[in-house]
Amino acid sequence: MAANDIIQIHHVNFYYGAVRALTDISMQFEKNKVTALIGPSGCGKSTLLRLLNRMNDLIDQTRVEGEILFEGRNIYAPQVDPVEIRRKIGMVFQKPNPFPKTIYNNITYGPKLNGVPAADLPGLVEQSLRQAVLWDEVKDILDKSAMNLSGGQQQRLCIARALAMKPDVLLMDEPTSALDPISTAKIEELVEELKRHYTIIIVTHNMQQAARISDQTAFFYLGNLIEYNKTEKIFTKPDVKQTEDYITGRFG
Amino acid sequence: MNRKNKEVFIKYLFLLFALVSIIVLGLIVFSLFREGMPLFATVPFRDFLFGLEWYPTYDPPSFGIFPLIVGSLIVTAIATLISVPLGVLAAVYISEIAPQRVKGILKSVIELLAGLPSVVLGFFGMVIVAPWLQETFDLPTGLNIINASVILAIMAIPTISSISEDALYAVPREFKEASYALGATKFETIAKVIVPAALSGISTAIMLGMARAIGETMVVLMVAGGAAAIPESLFDSVRPMPASIAAEMGETPYRSAHYQALFATGIVLFVLTLAFNLIADYVSHKFKQTGSATL
Repeated sequence: MAANDIIQIHHVNFYYGAVRALTDISMQFEKNKVTALIGPSGCGKSTLLRLLNRMNDLIDQTRVEGEILFEGRNIYAPQVDPVEIRRKIGMVFQKPNPFPKTIYNNITYGPKLNGVPAADLPGLVEQSLRQAVLWDEVKDILDKSAMNLSGGQQQRLCIARALAMKPDVLLMDEPTSALDPISTAKIEELVEELKRHYTIIIVTHNMQQAARISDQTAFFYLGNLIEYNKTEKIFTKPDVKQTEDYITGRFG
Repeated sequence: MNRKNKEVFIKYLFLLFALVSIIVLGLIVFSLFREGMPLFATVPFRDFLFGLEWYPTYDPPSFGIFPLIVGSLIVTAIATLISVPLGVLAAVYISEIAPQRVKGILKSVIELLAGLPSVVLGFFGMVIVAPWLQETFDLPTGLNIINASVILAIMAIPTISSISEDALYAVPREFKEASYALGATKFETIAKVIVPAALSGISTAIMLGMARAIGETMVVLMVAGGAAAIPESLFDSVRPMPASIAAEMGETPYRSAHYQALFATGIVLFVLTLAFNLIADYVSHKFKQTGSATL
């Protein structure tokens, strides 16, 4: 075990009812790195991402085998509270999903539940919005509904909202797939910036995006981890033929 | 007929269908006012609305419907107090907490409750609730405000519950996931995200439930007791407006003052129900501003 691995996955199988969605996955995620999970639709990459903060618990009739260690502790051990895990491992979704509340209240939602004192909230809101490079655009409309923002702004708000929890890890599930190219570029820049403080694991359908922003890339196919290596290596000289076929666009 | 004419023809045909309900409603409202308004030629509007005595068959008669209005409002208010928490919380349970199997059973049972004819509920209030109230609290009669309110509440619960449930169900899954992903518990997610997002629909449900209760006739006719006096306690009998109209209309001579007074009572009831609907509309739009979820 390398000292700078923040999450380690050991022999994980995952089932939706009788269907096995992930087969014997073992991999590690390095601290303060961006790891991209790529693969065709239905390959299990989003499922794996959602396993890391126990979001799959919310789906009925699912089952996990194997263990996932977060900072050395198995998050699927019976005594672990998923709520605790989700406070340390934040998540940004495919479709921007701000709450139908004000911008300010969107950011403070998580911290308030976590018992952050009211006096600290305004500072935290500014800090989170600055980190998400949204502060200058919204600082005068904090009391307006988040629903009035553009899609790209909403997604950065969702990132700010996740950052306000001061998580250790940020999971991103195709965060730019619903956005236009300019918003996408902004989010990508943001990821570059954020990896200094956070470990980021990002699922993406966009190969160029994976190549641009990630340090490590994992390629999944039909629920199996096919290849996992430095991004450079994956995109220049992949070891496995399937990986090469996928990234060169021969299937997928 | 060429294609363009056909389109125009279809357009006006559907306009006609849409107009039918408006015309029918308009005619009913018109006749309500035509039969009721002449009363105010002999009885001043103020005396009618705020008069404390409803003795329509005395000589000279007095047509003060204030006790009737109070009767209607009080049974509606208490029925609302009972039915809103039960209806809304039942909806939250069905929509968010119940396991799939329980959900199915509960939903159909509540639909069944909605299908109960009001006369059956009134009968239940009359022969079961009333004697029980009378004995337990040692009252002169069990046909009173509490009895009517409870039965009206039972009638309003399915309306409130099923419309609330639709509103809760329509809250996008994305909101719930966002909340859970921020480390919220199930209860926090329900209380702070799901219910607020559904508030517009829940308010509509409450208003429609209240409109249903205030206009309900058979139940209040059977179990409210029928005393046209301002009640002093919750165990007193009252005579809500619909009960008064239903009980007396059959015995009034056509276009007599009494007949006109009953129609005028109908106008008051109509205005109240209309007010509930307008409030429901306003409230649902007010919350919708922040409640809609679009990309």
